[in-house]
Amino acid sequence: MLLSVEDLSVHIGVINPLSDLSFGVDRGQILGLVGESGSGKSLTAMAVMGLLPLIGGRISAGRILFDGTDLAKLPEAALRGYRGRRIALVTQNPMTALDPVVRVGRQVDVMGRMHLGLSADEARRRTIELLTRLRIPEAQAVCEAYPHQLSGGMKQRIVIAIALAGEPDLIVADEPTTALDVTVQAQIIHLLGELVRDRGLGMLLITHDMGVVAQVCDQVAVLYAGRLAESRPAEALFEHPLHPYTSALIGCIPRDGMAPGSLHGIAGAVPSVARYPAGCRFHPRCPRAGEICARQTPELTELTGAGRLACHFPLEGTHG
Amino acid sequence: MITYLTRRLLLLIPVFVAVSVVIFLILHLIPGDPLDNLLRVGSSPEKRAEMSARYGLDRPLVVQYGIWLGNLLQGDLGTSIASRRPVASLIGQALPHSLLLGALALAFSTLAGVALGVAAAIWRDRWADRLIMGGVLLGSTLPSFWMGLLFILAFSVQLGWFPVSGARGWESLVLPVLTIGLGGTALVARVARVAMIDAAERDFVLLLHAKGMPPGRIRLNHVLRHAMIPVVTILSLRIGWILGGAVTVEYVFARPGLGTTLIKALSQHDYPVVQACLLMLAMAVMLGTLLGDVVQALMDPRVRREAA
Repeated sequence: MLLSVEDLSVHIGVINPLSDLSFGVDRGQILGLVGESGSGKSLTAMAVMGLLPLIGGRISAGRILFDGTDLAKLPEAALRGYRGRRIALVTQNPMTALDPVVRVGRQVDVMGRMHLGLSADEARRRTIELLTRLRIPEAQAVCEAYPHQLSGGMKQRIVIAIALAGEPDLIVADEPTTALDVTVQAQIIHLLGELVRDRGLGMLLITHDMGVVAQVCDQVAVLYAGRLAESRPAEALFEHPLHPYTSALIGCIPRDGMAPGSLHGIAGAVPSVARYPAGCRFHPRCPRAGEICARQTPELTELTGAGRLACHFPLEGTHG
Repeated sequence: MITYLTRRLLLLIPVFVAVSVVIFLILHLIPGDPLDNLLRVGSSPEKRAEMSARYGLDRPLVVQYGIWLGNLLQGDLGTSIASRRPVASLIGQALPHSLLLGALALAFSTLAGVALGVAAAIWRDRWADRLIMGGVLLGSTLPSFWMGLLFILAFSVQLGWFPVSGARGWESLVLPVLTIGLGGTALVARVARVAMIDAAERDFVLLLHAKGMPPGRIRLNHVLRHAMIPVVTILSLRIGWILGGAVTVEYVFARPGLGTTLIKALSQHDYPVVQACLLMLAMAVMLGTLLGDVVQALMDPRVRREAA
């Protein structure tokens, strides 16, 4: 396992927005971490990047094993050796991810100079090479542009180029397509998929969009209100979702030949951290909830095939 | 960039005309007659009429304005009523003193203000921040002429470190520069602190951290650079204010300069001199703002685009 997160809990002050999260990412594999806003996805990204202190958070329990080293125990100075160099981040909003007063070429160059010890010229040559491989036309001219002169899709490619420029082993992509046009979304998603297969990278793809997950992910971890609901290989999960929440999420993907009005939402909203209900946190919105669900938190159990599930009344009864 | 500059310069023309009208009118509409100072008590009405004609004061206001503006554009600021000397030479003597004082005060408030503001932002909500911001609040509430008197009392009269007044050597500049500069320092420090904190929370800073860049470098190369944009705006607005503030401070320290000249001219109803002084101050404000905008356009490519 390239990245193995075990029983991770995050605290921000006294609140506990993320608990007992476990998942693993292998080389050449994409793990989709799915959930609605407020489920703790971005916190997971921050935790893996070691950037929780920036938002006043900390890892309160669990391990983040990366290539055998527990990142949760490393001091800040040591973590900096991983950031950008071995684990790279692709952020949510390409519109604001780049420094608006620095030419984009320099923002990519700095990775080669900082992490690989390249000279300014060498770094620029690599930047142009990288941009060309990411199918950015006229890479040389783009290097001289400021971020506001580029389109959203182009900016996201630059952000991806920055991520790749340090030659990382793992990419954490936090909603990489959410801020983009639908047509560009598909391009970026396929680009990311290609990079992972071609370069043997591991990727943690964080998204709220089940459609995106269906397109590229090998493994899926479904997060609800700061807890893992279900975590299984993508194909099996889409074919036979076990957790009612997963099933509801899949029901939100529009498909060909759907009758108008048959696309479902999920009633209600993810509760805020301060109002997590007792028992299974999904039970107030769950169609299958029974009396036990409000009382007792379902335990995360290993499934016989592969994966984990936390539900008292899973679908299709294949539980255990 | 060049079209941007040309446009900004052209925009100054209507502003200049408006300012000149206001300056001209204010002085002709306020009560008090400059002739009272020139004529001996009990002079005959004929003598008064003759003087009035000599200075063109008997003509309609519009004509007077036209003549004044026409002369102004040819570099002729008129003749001082009190000293009978050309106003241009009076201003020419006074202006360098004020510009030197103003430039030093501006430089001092920029350097000290940015340093304090950045320090306060780095140690945000800790004792260093509270100490700096407390001092800054105090500094910004004390009127500068009063602070000037206090400085003279402490450093000149008691300690004897600096001369009480005058304009001989750098020693005589220290206290006036401090007096004018401290108010600006306080303002710049406050703006710089907020701008630093604000810039540090921008999205792109998160990506810089994620790139593995050391925090010190992020702060210096990226956050500080963004924080300087609002600071430059404040400073450019401050340029005119500093020359204006120099008016009272020059007077307190009995330094030659635009302020001393202005106050003297006001008390003598020497309106050509007053007009010229006010015009200089107004020009300083206009050019200061222009300079600020240009620096801003150099710092931020987005400003260049919006203006082009």
